[in-house]
Amino acid sequence: MAGKRSLFGPVDPAADAGYDEDHPTRKGFFTDTSICIGCKACEVACKEWNDVPSDHFEMLGSSYDNSFSLNANQWRHVAFIEQPKRLGEQESGLRRQAVEGAVALGMPGLGAPPDVLKAEVRLPESGEDDAVDRPDFRWLMSSDVCKHCTHAACLDVCPTGSLFRSEFGTVVVQDDICNGCGYCVPACPYGVIERRKGPKGAKNVGIAQKCTLCYDRLDAGTTPACAQACPTQSIQFGDVEELRERANARVETLHEAGIMDARLYGNDPDDGVGGAGAFFLLLDEPEVYGFPPDPVVTTKDLPDMFRKAGLAAVTLLAGAAISFLGKRG
Amino acid sequence: MSGSVGREGVQDERPGIDATPGSSGGRTGRGRRRGRRRGGGDRSMVPEATFTSYYGRPIVKPSPWEADIPAYLFAGGLAAGSSLIAAGADLTNRPTLRRSGRLGAIAALTFSMVALVHDLGRPARFVNMLRVAKLTSPMSVGTWILSFYGPFAAAAAATELVAMLPARHRVGPLRLAPYVDRPAGVVAALFAPPVAAYTAVLLADTATPSWHAAYKELPFVFVGSAAAASAGLGLVTSPLSETGPVRRLALGGAVLELVMEHRMEHSMGIAAEPLHQGQAGRLMRAAKVLTLAGAAASLLAGRSRTVAAVSGAALLAGSACTRFGVFEAGQASARDPRYTVVPQRERLERGEPVRSDRAPGA
Repeated sequence: MAGKRSLFGPVDPAADAGYDEDHPTRKGFFTDTSICIGCKACEVACKEWNDVPSDHFEMLGSSYDNSFSLNANQWRHVAFIEQPKRLGEQESGLRRQAVEGAVALGMPGLGAPPDVLKAEVRLPESGEDDAVDRPDFRWLMSSDVCKHCTHAACLDVCPTGSLFRSEFGTVVVQDDICNGCGYCVPACPYGVIERRKGPKGAKNVGIAQKCTLCYDRLDAGTTPACAQACPTQSIQFGDVEELRERANARVETLHEAGIMDARLYGNDPDDGVGGAGAFFLLLDEPEVYGFPPDPVVTTKDLPDMFRKAGLAAVTLLAGAAISFLGKRG
Repeated sequence: MSGSVGREGVQDERPGIDATPGSSGGRTGRGRRRGRRRGGGDRSMVPEATFTSYYGRPIVKPSPWEADIPAYLFAGGLAAGSSLIAAGADLTNRPTLRRSGRLGAIAALTFSMVALVHDLGRPARFVNMLRVAKLTSPMSVGTWILSFYGPFAAAAAATELVAMLPARHRVGPLRLAPYVDRPAGVVAALFAPPVAAYTAVLLADTATPSWHAAYKELPFVFVGSAAAASAGLGLVTSPLSETGPVRRLALGGAVLELVMEHRMEHSMGIAAEPLHQGQAGRLMRAAKVLTLAGAAASLLAGRSRTVAAVSGAALLAGSACTRFGVFEAGQASARDPRYTVVPQRERLERGEPVRSDRAPGA
């Protein structure tokens, strides 16, 4: 139901869209980029499950990113950023294993006694400066996705009602309604949604396409394909409220570990889009990953836009009238 | 196992989640990946701002719209202005101006409709526009404005065609034409101003930097442009004895467009840059020259039919250039991450992120 926060401010999007009190809790993603390994399993799982055609693949010369961006045919996109910065302490788990003694994995030929393994993974003695061995280089990897905004510009501007708010608080395109007007494309402050241009023979060409947060899987009570496939839990699916708490805890842990770069992006219900349903833990400024640093839903200003246009319309009417009121000739 | 979190908490926690990478701390230097700037020739109104982006790739997506849409912006404005002129001419007994206004309006409107449908990804589903009426969608609002305006503009034009028929062919319902004539024309004129103004909201209600940043002035630029174009059509088509009002409207429209466009450029911040660069820059410069020339000529257009026609043609061309220029500037601003990142980053660095001011306890 339209309320005073329908265009801007914190709100439960499903309730605002008119769902009853007993609608399911809001679902979303928390993508913790600090543990993304860039495997692209999410990209593949998404394409497989949602039958998203494969194109746009080129050797782009941008690290391991050959899928370019989120677009009509890319509903998850893994960004790769190479930076001349020290990686720092990394808890790979291997270290701990070495200290605690090797674990027999049951692999054939693993007969080496624990001390040999320990010798291979030489640990620095306490106080020893191991910085010299490490290059000034780090890789940032981040799996981007539709943000399922609380205030979704794409949904607001859609003239057909094809884009709708699901009972899970997500934003979904109805392929059989969309007439391909393309208005949602420039409306999205993150550049997520796009009209499918091809390839030839693919379904839904000419129609706006983006992540549905696997609406069909949510309906069946399962996890979206990307989160299911993520091997490191970089992509975590769940109730948005709970994911927000979890994200806060995670960022605190990282700060305690001295990783002051860690920050959350899109988790604040007071931000320009009313908080994203899919938010992120980043290790650098948002724009480094291709995110807008402080996005705002365009419809926040819509009442003012209509007021200005109304005034302009009155100006035109008055101007025309005055032109005809003048003397003959 | 999935990495899902439910009310019951975390399932299947794995060591990966505890990894602590990049702990060397501190902020990254800003120099790694600057947005690429086109060198040479381009004028910049603001000192170069450095910014970071992901391989210089766009953040927001440009609209998928092609020339259909700026052509529609022009034709829609022309139709709206022409309906206003036709109604004024009808009420002040200027038959040639009335006829050219009504026929011009329906021709421009028909062209607009074809352009709008042609630009859809699925043209056959055009009618889906009429499934809902959505105030949050300027395109939905515009569709409904056009749906009200169109039939009246068509009826007014039809009465002109009926009046051209020999009397013996004006039979059956066609005999009603003289009764429909003026009411249809006046109602069309009342719906016309929203037709001319809403297109500015259509562009501004996007994340396209150079369209959204222009939202305060763009409606005035567009109605000025509509007035100038339609008055231009009147100047081209009508005899000197009838063009007094359209000369005044031409001048007023041109001045409104030029003044508001100037103010717009100064309120847009760096999002004004694309209005001066490349294709959009050429179009905007042409628009200014043509509109100024047309307005100047309109002052003398009462004395010579030739001058009137030249003035009218210049105003029409100027209006078209304005629409294409604004459209292209927006497209260019979306393709360059600079116009998305820099204003937002500056906002953050001033300590003024856009946040809702929640009432205490809310």
